[in-house]
This record gives sequence, C-alpha cells and structure tokens, in this order.
Amino acid sequence: MKMIPLQEAVATIPDGASLMVGGFMAVGTPEPLMDEIVRQRKQDLTVIGNDTASPGVGIGKLIRAGLVHKAIVSHIGLNSETQRQMIDGKIDVELVPQGTLIERIRAGGAGLGGVLTPTGLGTVVEEGKCRMTVDGHDYLLETALRADYALVCAFLCDYLGNLQYALTARNFNPVIATAADTVIVCAEHIVPVGVIAPDHVATPAPLVDFVIAKG
Amino acid sequence: MDAPTLIARRIARELRGGMLVNLGIGIPTAVANFVPAGMHVFFQSENGLIGTGAVPEPARALPFLTDAAGRPVTALPGACAFDSAMSFTLIRGGHLDMTVLGGLEVDQAGRLANWMVPGKLIPGMGGAMDLATGAKRVVVGMQHTAKGRSKVVKRLSLPITTSRPIDLLVTELAVIAFPNARATLWETAPGVTIEQVLAATDAELVVPEQVPQMSV
Repeated sequence: MKMIPLQEAVATIPDGASLMVGGFMAVGTPEPLMDEIVRQRKQDLTVIGNDTASPGVGIGKLIRAGLVHKAIVSHIGLNSETQRQMIDGKIDVELVPQGTLIERIRAGGAGLGGVLTPTGLGTVVEEGKCRMTVDGHDYLLETALRADYALVCAFLCDYLGNLQYALTARNFNPVIATAADTVIVCAEHIVPVGVIAPDHVATPAPLVDFVIAKG
Repeated sequence: MDAPTLIARRIARELRGGMLVNLGIGIPTAVANFVPAGMHVFFQSENGLIGTGAVPEPARALPFLTDAAGRPVTALPGACAFDSAMSFTLIRGGHLDMTVLGGLEVDQAGRLANWMVPGKLIPGMGGAMDLATGAKRVVVGMQHTAKGRSKVVKRLSLPITTSRPIDLLVTELAVIAFPNARATLWETAPGVTIEQVLAATDAELVVPEQVPQMSV
C-alpha cells in the first residue's frame, strides 16, 4: 500500500476506465474521489455500483458532469438526471438485480467465472442469458464482473491498509475491494497498526493499492 | 382508517416472534409501526443492517446509519451490520422468513409486477427481484385499484418481477391468497362486501363458502 495525495491518485485513472464505486445511495461513497474525478474531467467512464444516488451526490456527481458513458447498477430511481441521460441516449444503463450485481462482483474478485442464481428467471433479466438446471432447479448463468479501479470508502484504515467499515456504509465496499486491478481507499480515520483488531479487519491490507493521504 | 394504515395493520398480523423480515418502501414500511406488543421481530434493511430502529431526531442522525432509501435510521440493541453480499445471502438463501413488497399489479395466479412501467418509469429493480424470488414468504401490500382500474388482474400488463408467485396479497378491500395458483378471497375488509371486492377486481377470484372479515 502507498499513501498518496488525492490529485495524484486520481491522475492515475485514464479516460475510458471502468470504476467500481462503493456506496448505497451515496452512504459509503468516497466523495473526495468523486469530486476530484469531476475536477480532472475524466471522460467516458464505466461505473459499476449499487445505484447512481441522487442528483449531484455520490456517483450522481459523475453523472451530472456527463463523465459516465455506461452505468451497471441496480437502481436509478432516485436520480432523475441518470434517467434523463438514459432516455436521451447519452448514457447506457445496464440494470442488474442487486443480489445478482454483488454476486457478480464477488465472483470477479474470487476468481470465479460467474454464479447461478434463480433471480431474474422468467423476467426481462433472462433475455440473452443461459438457463441451467442443477438438481432439478433452474438458474440463470450470470457472469463475473471486474473493473480497472475500485474506489472504496472505509471508516478506519491502518498504516498497512487494513480496513474497517461503519454500519451501513459498508455495503459494496469490501466486495469491490477484491474485484479491481487497482484499489484506492478514502478513509475517515487513518490509524496506527493494531488499532483495528484482527477480528475487525473487513478488508485485508494486501488488497489495497493506494490510500488517500490526509491534509 | 386510511387505506395504507389498514393494509399495514393487517400485514402486521402475519408477523411471528423471531422472524427475519424485510419491508419494502411505501406501505410496507409502515408495517413496523404495528408489531404486536412484546413480540420481537428482526427487521432487515437490505443495505446491510438487521435491527433497524426508529427514525432519529435530526441532531442524532449518523451519516453511516441509513435505510435502503438512504434516510437516517437508528440501530436497536442487538443490531448487526454486514456487507451487500451477506445481505443478499440472507435474502436469496432461504434465511428471510418474510418480505413485504409494494405492487403495481398482481395476476390471478399470484404473479407480481412491481418494478417498472415501460416508457414511463424505469427506476431499476434494486433488490425487489431477489426479495420476491428468495424470501420464504412473499406478502404484497398495495391499493386494490389505481385511477379506477383494478390492480388485481387476469393477465399482467407490466413486466413481471419474478416467476415465483406471491403468497398473500393485502389491499384495502380484501386479503387474497393463491392456493393451487388461483386467486382466492381469504378475507374482506371491515364494511366491504364480497360483491364490492368482485366489482373492483379484474382477476377471476375464487370465493369460498365462508369469507371472514379482516381483523386488524
């Protein structure tokens, strides 16, 4: 793990990159990273996350700035700007059931090719997908998801990069931290090694590449 | 009593002590207000919490303690927090005893449409498909009609949420169950006749000899 300034971390992200972003309605989204991506005007991004939050909040900042060309999310209902851009054909939105989305990411981080789920059977979600029968039960084959970057929001990060999360700000964060080539973390508090007890570490330090330095 | 309150109170009677229950947005959320005194129910919020408590005073709200709509909540003693993979392991894996969902349409075989209106409203399914597919018991609370049209229909006009049928439908007029995949009038609301239910229902409804009145 390397501790670097915010500007430097975001400068490593190229135009056209795919980003997994932690957060559920922007709770647990690394807002400083969202602000800096907007400031550096990264273009043509693919964003993978639970939702696009509300207009101008969390991932909604990237949407408002027109930086996202594709969003793979479970919900856009609380962001009218995402809906408008989708209807205008400016953004490609792939809607994925929430439990399927998180399992596709988990599979991507766990070295699996995908998962079999009953969710989506007989619905529009099944279109174009392979149906498989295992022990008499039908499932859809849902393929794994990975990204170039995971942008993670943690509550505590120690000097090695071990992470602990807070309550409902955990959500997608520990899962996306396994499924990207480069993992960038914004933490509420950076603490000495040992402050986070081994049993409380939710993301092991070796998964973390960059931590945004404070100040 | 207004329709949403009546529906929520009736659904609350389906709760049993020790159940793990997920409540959807809208009418279902109100079910938590009518848990019988002395009964302990585990309420799950799919953003990663079991033990969701009341809405806090604004000054006591924590930015990292929220419900599935992103609004501040509290956590009760004994609450636990987890990531989204665990949350949907609970939902899809047969650990969730009951889910209460809103509905746009329910057909006479118990099939549910509740996630989109083509050309009008495409919010995304969020967790609805996983909840309706994976919960041990699926209860839908919705108004019986919308703009004078029955929402309890012969055939769905809206995209289906899951091929798995629901278990119970509660409206302000009736409780409807689906034994043998046939909509069956289980109870009528206080002051509502069987004829009134039939008149407000597009679906073919089986009417047993005895139809008790809804108890709330």
